[in-house]
Amino acid sequence: MGNPTGWKPSMEKDAKVTATAHAEVGAGGATRGLVHEEQLLFERGSTGRSGVSLPAAGGDFDPARELPAALLRDGVEGMPEVSELEVVRHFTRMSSWNHGIDTGFYPLGSCTMKYNPRSSEALARLPGFANVHPLAPAELAQGALELMYRLERALSEIAGFDQTTLVPAAGAQGELCGLMLIRAYHQAHGNPRKKVLIPDTAHGTNPASSALNGYDVVQLASGADGRLHPETVAAAMDEDVAAIMITNPNTLGIFESNIAEIAEIVHAKGGLVYGDGANMNALLGVARPGDMGFDVMQYNLHKTFATPHGGGGPGSGPVAVKAKLAPFLPLPVVVKEGERYRLLVEPKERPQTIGKLREFWGNFGMFVRAWALIREYGPEGVAETGKLAVLNANYVRKLLQGTYNLPYETDSLHEVVFDDKLQKVHGVTTMDVAKRLIDHGFHPPTVYFPLVVSGALMIEPTETESKETLERFCTAMKAIAEEAQADPEAVKAAPTRPFRARLDETRAARKPILRWRPGMKVE
Amino acid sequence: MEIPDTLKYTREHEWARTKGTQVVIGITDFAQDQLGDVVFVELPDVGDTVKKGESFGVVESTKAVSELFAPLSGKVVEVNDPLADAPETINDDPYEEGWMIVVEPSDPKELEALMDAKAYRAFVEEQE
Repeated sequence: MGNPTGWKPSMEKDAKVTATAHAEVGAGGATRGLVHEEQLLFERGSTGRSGVSLPAAGGDFDPARELPAALLRDGVEGMPEVSELEVVRHFTRMSSWNHGIDTGFYPLGSCTMKYNPRSSEALARLPGFANVHPLAPAELAQGALELMYRLERALSEIAGFDQTTLVPAAGAQGELCGLMLIRAYHQAHGNPRKKVLIPDTAHGTNPASSALNGYDVVQLASGADGRLHPETVAAAMDEDVAAIMITNPNTLGIFESNIAEIAEIVHAKGGLVYGDGANMNALLGVARPGDMGFDVMQYNLHKTFATPHGGGGPGSGPVAVKAKLAPFLPLPVVVKEGERYRLLVEPKERPQTIGKLREFWGNFGMFVRAWALIREYGPEGVAETGKLAVLNANYVRKLLQGTYNLPYETDSLHEVVFDDKLQKVHGVTTMDVAKRLIDHGFHPPTVYFPLVVSGALMIEPTETESKETLERFCTAMKAIAEEAQADPEAVKAAPTRPFRARLDETRAARKPILRWRPGMKVE
Repeated sequence: MEIPDTLKYTREHEWARTKGTQVVIGITDFAQDQLGDVVFVELPDVGDTVKKGESFGVVESTKAVSELFAPLSGKVVEVNDPLADAPETINDDPYEEGWMIVVEPSDPKELEALMDAKAYRAFVEEQE
């Protein structure tokens, strides 16, 4: 199979690690390099300097004739006057302060920060894909439409649904779309209903999507094993409930093994089951939400299918549905007619559609990358992705168990949640551990989420990390735990290595400065 | 951990104090300590009604966003507006300057159902 890291479990037999880090560098390889202080672009340059040479406006073009007087101005005060090289250096230097998946390990739980293969990037940049105009007639965009059609079919199959819309711009919009579909479905049956049930382990976007669709949210408590129990759902379920929203595996990384029974309880009262596909990486090719009783689920292509994520986006949040919800899907829908493909955009062809969710047809570049990955991996590779993600998370769990407290002992899948109970006795909190990890050269995991765990450290390594990286990360975590015991103040002072040391997050949130003004003193 | 004997408490870590016929509401010392530095608070307007056990606002810290749950039902008659510009007051003085709203209760008996200081202390110890 084509794993872009070039790694598979079988390779680990007899494998020898070829290089070890020097003692004075962090377990993740962090050290101090040649890092430049950098002014704001506004503070650089010199009057009259310019990085571009534009030709004079041609012909008899006169802006005063084209625009109302109120919209005209003679010049713009305070714009940076800089050369092209200054601009290039400015942004290159700033980029060197950054940490990304291309720099190092990024185990942000529930975010699935996996490597974005260069092959997918290269294919998305093919001129036929990259330059296709959204308003190009169908006959000039057959390749793009075919790709959308095939991706739609693949996504439907992978999660076990009948049809998928590619339109939503990201996961949260996918949720919004899913709830709109649920509302439209109930409306068509005469009553939109009033409530949505959401377990206490859910992502914060779930209640937000429900509220935006006019539903009251009823929070359900998960059990001591970290799972949602059928009797909890049965007690809350009535005919005012439009849907239940479940993330499976949930944000504790635990598989909701009661899902089939829960779905039955909800369906019996006419409710629908929404799946938050944020954690789909754990199930890929192994289990299908559509087979567990889910009626609708959003994907996050930027998580599960390795399209860029976190500032490198945009995201993409396709929504897969069972046939009974398909008539309500947003426009456009790609249809195949004979050997030709067409975008169905007119509501008259889909009278029950919830309409358009956004401009144009979706984040097409992400479709290309996701499709490229699915094709490169093939069915076995897709399944291997899920298995490796689970194996990696459980390797980290095993290595850190005992050093960090595990609030839920239940088996976990693609991510594992520890807390700071064992460190707190020394006065060291989750936030301190997270900051100290930066000194080692690792991006901290997700902290203080899920909310059901006090001081949560939520680690999701994904399948694209090597065994050595996971071991180095765990070495750093253990070193921090030891340091918390021996020298807690050192941990609390972290980070000391990065270009900017411990930032005052409280003051940044309480007194944010959102706009630079000329003459402002920047600390 | 400060848990004044004169107040009543909820399982969601709000406190309630009677002031004449009215009730002052805020969050406990334990709550502010668990939240960490409070950076934002969203409260209802004077004249709004709150319902026992339901959300009446939001408090946000550098760690998390948490809902505030009403200890009893009633009409909001006063709101601690200065908290908007000085949310740190909730950390510094949760029981006095950090109060959040004053409610005219619709059923004063609801107050009696809340935990007293002793019960709340036991509840908090169980949580830790």
